[in-house]
Amino acid sequence: MTLQMIFAGFGGQGVLLMGQLIAYAGMVTGKEVSWMPAYGPEMRGGAANCSVVVSDEPVGSPKVEDADVVVAMNRPSMALFEKNVVPGGLLFYNSSLIDEKPSREDIRVIPVPVNEIAQELESNKVGNMVMLGAVAQATGSFSEEQLADALRHKLGPSKEKFMPKNMEAIRRGMEVAK
Amino acid sequence: MNRQMMKGNEAIAEAAVQAGCRYYFGYPITPQSEIPEYMSRRLPEVGGVFLQAESEIAAINMVYGAAGTGARAMTSSSSPGISLKQEGISYIAGSELPCVIVNIVRGGPGLGSIQPAQSDYYQATRGGGHGDYRLPVYAPASVQEAVNLTQKAFDTADKYRTPAMILGDGIIGQMMEPVTMPEYVRPEVDKSWAATGWNASMKRDRAIINSLFIEADRLEVHLAKLEKKYRAIEQNELMVETQFLEDAEFAIVAYGTTARIALTAIRNARAEGIKVGLIRPITLWPFPTQTISDAAKRVKGLLTVEMSLGQMVDDVRIAANGACPVKFYGRSGGVVPGVREIYQQIVSMKEELA
Repeated sequence: MTLQMIFAGFGGQGVLLMGQLIAYAGMVTGKEVSWMPAYGPEMRGGAANCSVVVSDEPVGSPKVEDADVVVAMNRPSMALFEKNVVPGGLLFYNSSLIDEKPSREDIRVIPVPVNEIAQELESNKVGNMVMLGAVAQATGSFSEEQLADALRHKLGPSKEKFMPKNMEAIRRGMEVAK
Repeated sequence: MNRQMMKGNEAIAEAAVQAGCRYYFGYPITPQSEIPEYMSRRLPEVGGVFLQAESEIAAINMVYGAAGTGARAMTSSSSPGISLKQEGISYIAGSELPCVIVNIVRGGPGLGSIQPAQSDYYQATRGGGHGDYRLPVYAPASVQEAVNLTQKAFDTADKYRTPAMILGDGIIGQMMEPVTMPEYVRPEVDKSWAATGWNASMKRDRAIINSLFIEADRLEVHLAKLEKKYRAIEQNELMVETQFLEDAEFAIVAYGTTARIALTAIRNARAEGIKVGLIRPITLWPFPTQTISDAAKRVKGLLTVEMSLGQMVDDVRIAANGACPVKFYGRSGGVVPGVREIYQQIVSMKEELA
């Protein structure tokens, strides 16, 4: 099993964190993983993306071109990375910000109303967790518990109070992709 | 010990601390600023010294001083900053002091870009600074290997009294991968040469740190000693990895992240029945000349892939010595080659040379 993924959006949407959590969840389940950020002159509001590989074998290229999964959190990201999805692969897009449907017909497209759900949860910061839940559900590669572990590890004990809201967001995302 | 996700830069810094590095001098520059950032927090915890110098030139000369006392000392920077350090590196080599210099390479020349590159190969392997000296140069291809090689670099530096370099492309610094910190055991090394204070009652000569030999014949004697040391390093410290080479009709020579991208392209080519192998130099100096020379006599062609306009390819051509054609493919300026591009190069090579 090798899962090649691209997470993309604008700086501040938490796309790098999403990738890190997936990589961490992969590592604790005994997989080989890599997380590689595009680290150009990115800044808040600019473009951000990362490549994540989760595999049973040692990871070759950490840079993903032929993606099993692409996550587009905004319109420029979808325009940039839609072509990278392999036939039969998954394209998740933030339908709150992208009013256009992807043009590809040989892939599975999953719209996730990230911002609306985050607003329902009264936190505009958990949008990435909503998307993460959808990705975990649709790929079937990561359980809610594994994501909770990854998140708890990342946040550390001092931020335990943020866990319930984030987990709620993850569960809402999972619902969308069911 | 547990596997943990670490960014390459942080892993290098932690590996250095666990190898006994207690003195770090540096100046921030992308894409390696996590090294000084990590050291600024970590070294005080272990009674060490982190010092952000006023410049790269100051930092390397602080390393020079700390190394002169026999302490394990390190500096790190990225390409333009490493250029500034070259005078100091030459002095440290001439004075025969051990230290580790980390270069997380970005696009050049000049300020260039901040993205990954391998265009400092000439600088790292051909001296960089002036004079007849060599540096052991380690080129990790994963975060785990960056950890292992950083600790190895300290050992090699001590063993031969030489500066040693870690040469990682920007991806090695910025990427996160699982890492297991080794149970590091520091080798016993005689450091009676260290300048740690002297008085007449001591039963040894004064320790003098010096790279000046104003009489030509005395400098020549000193250089002969250095040369002997460099021959020993070539003999003992070479590291190279080969994959799929046994039945290969073609082989790619690549190092660092590029070798990993090439490996995926090689697996894809093998799935299509093209017999390609990989030669990955882990030490860039000493260079695996013999491995490449042997392969050149058996394969129909070699392809060197680099994130540069073509630097290591010179050493590959020297090693092949005309035994087979040597092709080159490179991306530059901070652009990372993709698997498909390299795969296409393999197909072209096969069509041309089969």
